[in-house]
Amino acid sequence: MPAADPAVKNAKTNTSSRLPELKPQQKIDLLRQMMLIRRFEEKAKQAFTQGKIKGFCHLYNGQEAVAAGTISVLNEDDAVITAYRDHAHALVRGSEPNACMAELFGKITGCSRGKGGSMHFFDIKRGFYGGHGIVGGQIPLGTGLAYAQKYMGTNRVTLAYMGDGAINQGAVHEAMNLAALWKLPIIYIIENNEYSMGTSQARSSAGDPLTKRAGAFDMAAIQANGMDVDDVRAKTFEAVSLARTESLPTLMEIRTYRYFGHSMSDPGHYRSKEEIEARKNADPIENYKRRLIEQKVATEESINAIDEEVMAIAQASYDFADSSAEPGLDTIYEDIFTPEDQIGEFRPDIRQ
Amino acid sequence: MPTITYREALNQALSEEMERDERVMLMGEEVAEYNGAYKVSEGLLKKFGPKRIIDTPISETGFSGLAIGAAMYGLRPVVEFMTWSFSLVCFDQIVNNAAQVRYMSGGQLSVPIVFRGSSGGGLQVGATHSHTPENWYANVPGLTVITPAFPDDAKGLLKAAIRSNNPVCFIENEKLYNYKDEVPEGEYLTDIGKARIRREGSDLTIVSNSGSTHRALNAAKILEAEGISVEIVDLRTVKPLDFATIAESVSKTNRVLIVEENKPFAGWGAQVAYQIQRELFDDLDAPVHRLCSIDVPQPYNGRMEQAVLPNEERVIAAVKELLA
Repeated sequence: MPAADPAVKNAKTNTSSRLPELKPQQKIDLLRQMMLIRRFEEKAKQAFTQGKIKGFCHLYNGQEAVAAGTISVLNEDDAVITAYRDHAHALVRGSEPNACMAELFGKITGCSRGKGGSMHFFDIKRGFYGGHGIVGGQIPLGTGLAYAQKYMGTNRVTLAYMGDGAINQGAVHEAMNLAALWKLPIIYIIENNEYSMGTSQARSSAGDPLTKRAGAFDMAAIQANGMDVDDVRAKTFEAVSLARTESLPTLMEIRTYRYFGHSMSDPGHYRSKEEIEARKNADPIENYKRRLIEQKVATEESINAIDEEVMAIAQASYDFADSSAEPGLDTIYEDIFTPEDQIGEFRPDIRQ
Repeated sequence: MPTITYREALNQALSEEMERDERVMLMGEEVAEYNGAYKVSEGLLKKFGPKRIIDTPISETGFSGLAIGAAMYGLRPVVEFMTWSFSLVCFDQIVNNAAQVRYMSGGQLSVPIVFRGSSGGGLQVGATHSHTPENWYANVPGLTVITPAFPDDAKGLLKAAIRSNNPVCFIENEKLYNYKDEVPEGEYLTDIGKARIRREGSDLTIVSNSGSTHRALNAAKILEAEGISVEIVDLRTVKPLDFATIAESVSKTNRVLIVEENKPFAGWGAQVAYQIQRELFDDLDAPVHRLCSIDVPQPYNGRMEQAVLPNEERVIAAVKELLA
């Protein structure tokens, strides 16, 4: 049998419902989200360089259209889960920039009370299920969120993100098999920034495009241009519709690019400055700004005002984080166990 | 009180808890249509249907991770491993996700899940299928580790584990599934984290769990004929450890032998031995003694495997050495 192109053959996308055109204010909001992510990450980079943020810190610059575009087609009660490059997903989901920056600083006011750090943001009341540090390990979890959504009879869906490096983890394939087998309302999103840490896609992943991996599971697959937020929105909407109306999974591959290293400790010797500069010419934020100006939704002046606004938010988050208190050492012992309510407590105080 | 097997006791616990709470469901390899590789789930598919008794592919990382995600969302899954030896392929999901996601989220998430299945050696299934992993999981903050040795504890502890709002590793013993004993009908809960004196004695204390408790009991009967009185503390729950019950017994007998099927290096008995010497040093009339499996991979050959396990002959020899 000849190899089918799963992106075409398995795309059982729902064409009955169409992505509604954004109203002008919604377009401005989308642009503002992307601009906020960029300014937030720049501020995080600065704080890392100053030694205020420790450990690993994976920045999202260049990939903004992916988180902003995909989450923009969700409902508030849908679920989102991602890997360790997670700042943007939390911000787009509505997490407070102050709480996010404070988490990077390891402060008690952080979104995970200073226990998670950059890789482990969580905001459950906004449907953000983390922030996970082991490559691909979050994909079975996301599949379980979708499983529970279906089990409980909700009409909700889950977006589960991973990098292109994660596609070679067994956990991802096991989870995709279960989702296809059990018809779960989940969209697997590969944020393909072309490098799994320092190893290019060509050196790490056999088979291109990565959406081919869906073919073995008879799973719908779709690609999107991650430098174009409107394309991201349109393609995600198709996948979300399929999940919501037919409870079927999709594998999305969104082609994007990160401008900085894998993490702050990556000098980036594996790619040239010329390559990075060339990719910056296709910047998703600049693209969208131009489009909104063409559409007369925005002007250079109005965009500059937004930039002032988001820079102020990023600076405020820095100030908030910097002036927040360190967690008390007694909080080491908190948040390990959920209190019991159906049986008696059975754990002795660890401090004894 | 009815006499039933360890297997039937587990089945009762599952059935009763599923009737009680619709969020509880059972997932694993061959649990539904095949009625369970060890028949623990026999009849449950018929009773609860395929939405709640779910056959999975052979894909432990996939379905254990899925169940953890479902627990994060509010379900209360029971995940069956055909044997705990197979949990090695999803160690990451249990350790990094089930155990630690609550902590990493600053307390935003709960993971009410039970991982359960058979374990242990003595059935000539070779090195890959004979692990006793309780010490591996007991080393992970956030996990509760239960290893019942008797049918009543199997039922009472499994019911309690399912009602816990936190992740529990419920490690059964393959050799005990056919063991029969009296088990109360209906609502019967056993406290997690409480050891039980399974035999009273005065000359020395044996601290053991799971299959090793039965080896200790068999040895104690033989020793009794020789005039040696052995007290046996069955841990039931490995973590959290009920040190108070151990301390009470050791303070009485002043001699202690730990019998565990784990390999010796960093088994749970090493922790118990440390705590005894630290807290009960003045009560001891002899150094703490510890009997484990021998530090080799599990051999297939029956005589070789029995020699590797902490068998009755080795227990008797260890007791006599301790009393000498």
